[in-house]
Formats: sequence, structure tokens, C-alpha cells
Amino acid sequence: MQGLVAYSVLAERKISAWIQDRVGPNRTAPPFMKFIPGGQFLTRLGIFQPLADGLKFMFKEDFTPAGVKKIYFFLAPAVSVIPAMLTVAVIPFGSNIGAQKMVIADLNVGILYTFGIVSMGVYGIVLAGYAANSKYPMFGGIRSSAQMISYEISMGMSVIPVLLIVGNLNLGQIISWQSTHGWMVVYAPISFIIFMVASFAETNRTPFDLPEAETELVGGYHTEYGSMKFALFFLAEYSNMVSSSAMMVTLFFGGWTLPFWGLDHAATSLGMGIAQIFVFLAKMLFFMVVFIWVRWMFPRFRYDQLMDLGWRRFLPLALVNILITAVWLWLRS
Amino acid sequence: MEAINNLVSGGVVEDVLFYVFAALTLLCAVLVVANPFSRNPVTSAMFLVLTIISMSGLFLLLHAFFLAAVQILVYAGAVIVLFIFVIMLLDLKEEQRRKIKFFGLAAGLVSVGIVVSIFVKSLASIKPTAAEPTLEGETYALGKLLFTQYTLPFEIVSVLLLVAMVGVILLSKKKLE
Repeated sequence: MQGLVAYSVLAERKISAWIQDRVGPNRTAPPFMKFIPGGQFLTRLGIFQPLADGLKFMFKEDFTPAGVKKIYFFLAPAVSVIPAMLTVAVIPFGSNIGAQKMVIADLNVGILYTFGIVSMGVYGIVLAGYAANSKYPMFGGIRSSAQMISYEISMGMSVIPVLLIVGNLNLGQIISWQSTHGWMVVYAPISFIIFMVASFAETNRTPFDLPEAETELVGGYHTEYGSMKFALFFLAEYSNMVSSSAMMVTLFFGGWTLPFWGLDHAATSLGMGIAQIFVFLAKMLFFMVVFIWVRWMFPRFRYDQLMDLGWRRFLPLALVNILITAVWLWLRS
Repeated sequence: MEAINNLVSGGVVEDVLFYVFAALTLLCAVLVVANPFSRNPVTSAMFLVLTIISMSGLFLLLHAFFLAAVQILVYAGAVIVLFIFVIMLLDLKEEQRRKIKFFGLAAGLVSVGIVVSIFVKSLASIKPTAAEPTLEGETYALGKLLFTQYTLPFEIVSVLLLVAMVGVILLSKKKLE
């Protein structure tokens, strides 16, 4: 997970460089790397950049500005990182290897757990904004709490059709339903669109990154933060990205299944089990790339447009979607 | 390893966890209303979050996974975020300086007394011979019960929420045309 986060930062930098016709990080390397065959190539890919970034964050001076509310100032990064890490616990990232199921906690309310934990993430940002005791972080915090609550509702409403169709809250069951009936995105495309846009808003990524809009709010809620504490916010954002990609794959794109090569049912051999994990990772990486790509392609919304979209467009659309799905299921039964 | 397994199967861990969560719930709940170290409303709200999280821990120990998840999702995730949102928008410096008034204290104590007496009465009326309730997180069963046996209370609660919503709209409208 941590490694994935570090390298998604690298991917972000590389893809942004590619979109803007630059090169991206291509210098960082441990000493004597150029004498090892292939080392130069790895350096040019920027493989060692995340290591250097991490080290830099660790060794930077941990500066606490005067006038902050100390307890919350220390608490906020932790509060934002913990939920971000906890979400992945219920996501089945493979079928099974041997008798071991490839999911950390196979809860029968899996999806509710995820939403509950994700909704806790907002405290980190709100507290950071509050603790900093200055104007811009405060605005960032308030904006983010309003934004996250609004979009959480649309997000929750958007998955209800999925649950109606499958009839189960367990993520493993949702995947196995998809392996027999086909991917959920075919059955509930509107749900998928709303879920995807809402997860952009939930992770505070562009085009919805108003809590940290640098042109108007300096750095938003993490203006006053430096060194490892800032890195923790960064970590939380990227792990939220990882987990919402994982959720999208699980809910709408069949999780670890592929409709061919016999990958559509639970694995019987070791090789198949590992292959399914890679299938899951590949699908997830695809959505991570989409996240990054969108960030560098689209401008930011205005705040009132954002709220308007959340409350006046998505929420009614999601409600109608639930109604249509319910009627459709009722007519079929 | 065997000792640990014995502990788990004997339910000792669950008992210990129950006391931990129960103590946490009570402690945090007291700190919400009577924090000796700070009279900051945000601190109170954060302790309310902790109270709710430890209460959902208690629900988990009862195998009510659905309730636990919904508890966190609705209360910790939405309601208290709104509290904090409002607290941050208001100027609450005054609130921090305010002294506890006698009338407020008395009214609070009386209502606590009434609630405690209800709890004691209902605890006394429980027959310990009754079969253990099957709350096993099946959402299906819960939904079925809500819409068959408990339809009336469910609808009344919905109407209550509707009334609150209508009230808010009326209050926030500046002038009635």
C-alpha cells in the first residue's frame, strides 16, 4: 500500500510531465548506479525518486508555527491518514491462494464499512484547517467539509442500485455476482458515472480540489504544515485515490475477474490466484491513471458550481436512478 | 498460542473489550459536556466522535455489524461534521467564557435523573432467561423487520424528519411571499 502510494506520486509526476511535454524526474539515483547494467535506464525512469522524496520529508525540520492549536495540529495528519489506510481492509484483491481468502476482513456489511471509514477522513482536513488558526486553512477546511458531505450523499445513493441488483452488501458477493452476470457497469452506468465523479470530489482531486485551490487559498488546509506532517496529508490523498480506484474496480468492473482464460471463478491453483491479484492490480492502476490524467487535463470548478452539481444535479439523478432500478427489478421478478 | 485460543473461545477477550469500550464511551461522553481542561466546542465535538466510535465498538461486540457501520457513517461521518462546520462558522469565543448557570445545571440533572430511572426500570424488567437475540448483521432481515413489524414507528420517524426540514426551510426563508 505504502509503496503503491509512493509510486503513484512518481506516476503522477511522470504523466503530468508527459502531458505538458516535459521529462519528469530522471536524475535521482543512489551512488554507483551507472556502473550497474540497466541502472541508467532505471534512473531515467525515476524509480529512485520516491525514496529520495521520502527521505527528504523524514529529515526535514518538523516546524510548528506559533499560534497553532497544538493538539489538533498534531492530531490532524494522523486522523486523515488512518481512515485512508483502513479502507482497503474489506476490498477483495484476489479470490484465494490455497485456502486463504485474499481479503483482509470479509465483512457482510463491507460497503457500509468503507463508506463509514471514508466519511471519517474529513475530520483530518477539518481539524487541520481549524488547528492552523489562520484564514486560508480555515476556508480550506470549511470548504472541504461542505464538499465531502455533499458528495458523500450522492456517492452513497449512487451505489444503492448496485446493491439492489446484487442483493448483498458483501464485496466478495458483489464480485461473484459480476463473474456470472457480467460487469456491473453495464447494468448501472449512471451509478458508475456518479460514483466516479463523487470519488474525485471525495479525494479532493482536480477538478474538485477547492479545499487546496492554490490560486485563492495558498495551500488550503495544509498551508501551515511542513515536513513529515505535510507528507502524511499527501499520503492520505494518494491512498484515498488508491482505495477509491479499488472500490470502482470492485463495484463496477468485476474486481479480480476477467471474462476469459478461466479467470472468472475462484482460483483453484496457486498460479491462478496470483494471476487474479495481478488482474485486480492492473484494473486498479488503470483508474489511478485516469485520476492523474483528469487532474492534468481539466480546470478547477468554481465553488458554487461544485455545490450546484452535487446537490441539484447528482442527488436527484441518483434518486431517480434508484427508482428506475427498483422498478426494473420489480417488473422482472 | 493455545492459551490465546482458549482466551478467545472462552469469550474473555470479548468481555475485556466490552469493558474497554464501555469505559471509553462513558469517559468520552462525560468529557463532551464537562471537560475540565478546555471549554472549546470543537474539543467537545471531537469527544462526541470518540463516544460514537466506541459505541459502535459495543455494537460490533453484539455482532450488530450493520448498526455499527451505520452509527459511524451517519453520526460520526455526517452529523458531527455538520456540528463542526457550524461551530467553525460561528464566533464561539463567548461560549468559552460562559459560566455554567444554575438553572441549566438543575434542568440537566433532572433530565439525567429521569433517563437513569427509565434505564433502571427497563434493566430490571429484562428476563435473563430469554434467548439471545439474533442481531447477526443480516441487512436483509433488518430491512424486512423495519418494513413489516415496525412500519408505523419507522414512518413516524420519517415524518419527524420531514417536520424538521420544513421548519428549517421556513426559518431560512427571509420573507414569505
